[in-house]
Amino acid sequence: MVEPQSTAQRKTVKEPIVNDFSMAVATVNGSGSQTSNLALIRALFRMGIPVSGKNLFPSNIQGLPTWFMIRVSAEGYTARRDTVELLVAMNQDTFAEDLMDLVQGGVCFYADHFAVQRERSDVVYYPMPVRRLVKEVDPPKELRDYIVNMCYVGVVAEMLGIELTEICGALDTHFKGKRGAVDLNMRMIESAATWAHENLTKRDPYLVKRDEQTRDMVMIDGNTAAALGAIYGGMSFTSWYPITPASSLVDALEEYLPQLRKDKETGKATYVVIQAEDELAAIGMVVGAGWVGARAMTSTSGPGISLMAEFVGLAFFAEIPVVIWDVQRMGPSTGLPTRTSQGDVLFIRYLGHGDTRQVMLIPGSISECFEFGWRAFDLAERLQTPIFVLSDLDMGKNLWMSETFSYPDHPLDRGKVLSAEDLDRLDEFARYRDVDGDGITYRTLPGTEHPLAAYFTRGTGHTDQAIYSERPEDWEANLMRLWRKLETAREYLPTPQIHHMEEACIGLIAYGSTDPAIQEARDRLAVQGVPTDYLRIRAVPFAHEIEVFIREHDIVYVIEMNTDGQMHQLLQLEVPDQSTKIHSLTINNGLPMSPRWVFEAVRSHDGV
Amino acid sequence: MVTHSKTKVIRNKKLNRVGLSKVDYKGRPTTLCQGCGHNSISSQIIAACYEMSIKPEQVIKLSGIGCSSKSPTYFLGNSHGFNSLHGRMPSIATGAVLANTTLKAIGISGDGDTASIGIGQFIHLLRRNVPMVYIVENNGVYGLTKGQFSATADKDLELKKVGVNPFMPVDVCMEALIANCGFVSRSFAGDPKQVKELIKAALSFNGTAVIDIISPCVTFNNRGESTQSYSWSRAHKYPLHDITWVPKREEIDVTYKPGEVTEVSMHDGSTLTLRKLERDYDPTNRFDALQLLDEAYRAHILVTGLIYFNEEQPALPDIEDMVEIPLAYLPESTLRPSEESLKQVMETFR
Repeated sequence: MVEPQSTAQRKTVKEPIVNDFSMAVATVNGSGSQTSNLALIRALFRMGIPVSGKNLFPSNIQGLPTWFMIRVSAEGYTARRDTVELLVAMNQDTFAEDLMDLVQGGVCFYADHFAVQRERSDVVYYPMPVRRLVKEVDPPKELRDYIVNMCYVGVVAEMLGIELTEICGALDTHFKGKRGAVDLNMRMIESAATWAHENLTKRDPYLVKRDEQTRDMVMIDGNTAAALGAIYGGMSFTSWYPITPASSLVDALEEYLPQLRKDKETGKATYVVIQAEDELAAIGMVVGAGWVGARAMTSTSGPGISLMAEFVGLAFFAEIPVVIWDVQRMGPSTGLPTRTSQGDVLFIRYLGHGDTRQVMLIPGSISECFEFGWRAFDLAERLQTPIFVLSDLDMGKNLWMSETFSYPDHPLDRGKVLSAEDLDRLDEFARYRDVDGDGITYRTLPGTEHPLAAYFTRGTGHTDQAIYSERPEDWEANLMRLWRKLETAREYLPTPQIHHMEEACIGLIAYGSTDPAIQEARDRLAVQGVPTDYLRIRAVPFAHEIEVFIREHDIVYVIEMNTDGQMHQLLQLEVPDQSTKIHSLTINNGLPMSPRWVFEAVRSHDGV
Repeated sequence: MVTHSKTKVIRNKKLNRVGLSKVDYKGRPTTLCQGCGHNSISSQIIAACYEMSIKPEQVIKLSGIGCSSKSPTYFLGNSHGFNSLHGRMPSIATGAVLANTTLKAIGISGDGDTASIGIGQFIHLLRRNVPMVYIVENNGVYGLTKGQFSATADKDLELKKVGVNPFMPVDVCMEALIANCGFVSRSFAGDPKQVKELIKAALSFNGTAVIDIISPCVTFNNRGESTQSYSWSRAHKYPLHDITWVPKREEIDVTYKPGEVTEVSMHDGSTLTLRKLERDYDPTNRFDALQLLDEAYRAHILVTGLIYFNEEQPALPDIEDMVEIPLAYLPESTLRPSEESLKQVMETFR
């Protein structure tokens, strides 16, 4: 271990900038840099400093450039900052470009064997003798490529003041306590830190200092949160097909299900996870399992949703509870599989031919990924319809700080299901009869031992007794009841989150992963004398509060990451007489939304 | 010929062992064409379930889209049914069966539903060995859309509306064999006794049991030159054996000459007796089965019976190693882990 006082603390720098910068780590994908980046970000988090990480990666296994962005913010901001103050250049091919992206006075750590030009004179350079340092530590040959990246962890830690004990703790979390792996990596990190301590002079102002802002928080990605939510929501059946960026949601299911949901006595599973042959089969199995009474879900992204369209229409019409996670990526078509977007809003809202309207939940934080993860099953069984949960790549795949998840605050809602005993009390059972007037009808599960229990599920027109019918009045009555059911749905769905500022006449509406960018931009706008109110949509069909919010404001901006202003269009349909004052602000470049863009978009549109 | 025990014959006149009469196994009146092979198959499903004393509530009926897929409405009115999407019944069945492994699934499909639009899901159903009866009501044409060729139509067959079919047919049984299906059979709707015994055997099988039944379309494909017509099938059918399914509790009380009968023990303790007819045939050899089908195709004969049997492959629920209570009926105490466990998981993300 190096001596407690690091280079960063020892050397005096004019006007230090503490806990406020963005660092880009440029590497080649498949080089194992992920562990290094996670060690850095988690160590910062463990030091109590607000931090966020965004992985900009290619759709490729090995050899293409990738960037990991770490933002440190004393103010607690976690959105993507579109300036880079510190660069760790571990990819010779992108060095020149990466260097140009640095702010004036920025810092560049780079491997000293790179044949590169230091084309900027306004940047502080710290060359690192990566090869020599690795040689000295002499790791096993097969691990050498991974260990190389630990060099920059050691040097950066030393120069910024990141505590090595916390890096060790972060590695312990990452390797789940595997001592050998932690020790080997720490040897490299310590050796690099010692070298930096002895050989580098601090010439930049950037520092980190221990804080207490992350106490009681965790650092986790949205897909893992969603999987945990599903597990605590009683998910008993998952079928899926691999697709970026949704696969890691099922990876997390597979990781946590055995420890959380195996029968304690027999060791047998209380769930099934099936990797299907395609998304058609994945959703088909989920519909079959939901029909029989399992809590069934799938997880996919845009192209998978396209394939699921026909089955989703069937599940909507035959009224079968299923949960579908859409971790959105950039479309159309294959699009940008590893870049984020909110482009599936309109597609999903009306997914299915004929008149279909789908219910969507839109988590705007990691803890909401967990919460909607379990709540979605209650809603699916209560409403007997597909429940879509719209996440996105940024939320699903990146590491976020989050408050610890709250345990579900009410028991499972299994909805209107009639048992054999219930049927004994009733004289008749009609599957699609609106007994309660809320549009939600009663169902029986296959296998219910009662002569009244059986009914025939079909995608064709049917009477309230589920018998095939082409009669116009049967068709219309059934569709009208479905709309009634969707009206009822509004009562059960999460209401929007609304934040006010004094004297605000501008209303901002957004949803999903852009929340941190909107919040930060609002602070900056307020400083400029532009207070705003902000409503974050959490579900569609819309809650009544959304219409009220629109009516209360002189001008409303709907801010989203797609080109067409998809939520904007839905809102204009919802409140047509207000449509001229609802404006669309969109950006759709594949990157997580930045506060600066929001700030400038609102300011320039508003003429402030 | 195997005879059933006398007590059962008497009982069958009225109520079966679960106290139901044959009427209790009926469905709604058929809306298919008069003489459609599918109706005959529905009748044999009713008879088989009645004779096996299966409770209708324990059965789920699944289908895709097409004439064949309409037929689950016409049998077992007290069973839950699901008329799903074209070619996608296998995925519905996979989810349904896993969600409640106590249910017996009967899937009804057609040649378009299985061999055209649904060939992918069909193969993967077999690959996973989902326990269910999978009946293909095979007539070579699309009926509801008025007479187009399906993927099983004869090469060079000429139909009034669509002309001559230039493509080789897909053989459902061959596909099943290639996909490692452990119960591959073929029958003819005009041979109700064999259809019924095969359905019983299929219901006793732990895995996907495929019954490919030539079920002529009287409206669009029933001319004598078609291998899917009544007249051709009657004239060219070649049963491999005389099949009888014998329930668990009954003794096989007829003695046979050596080599005359093959007995196959089923998963549920029942027995299938295959009495030799003209040729020796061993249904446990997959390559012989493929060869048989190839020879039959070349010789223009309709081989019927149990073509291949292998119950050694585990069925999907056996692989998944689930708790005994069906997933659909798990209580909250099982479905939702404790609050304490969530706290522990949270600690690992510090």
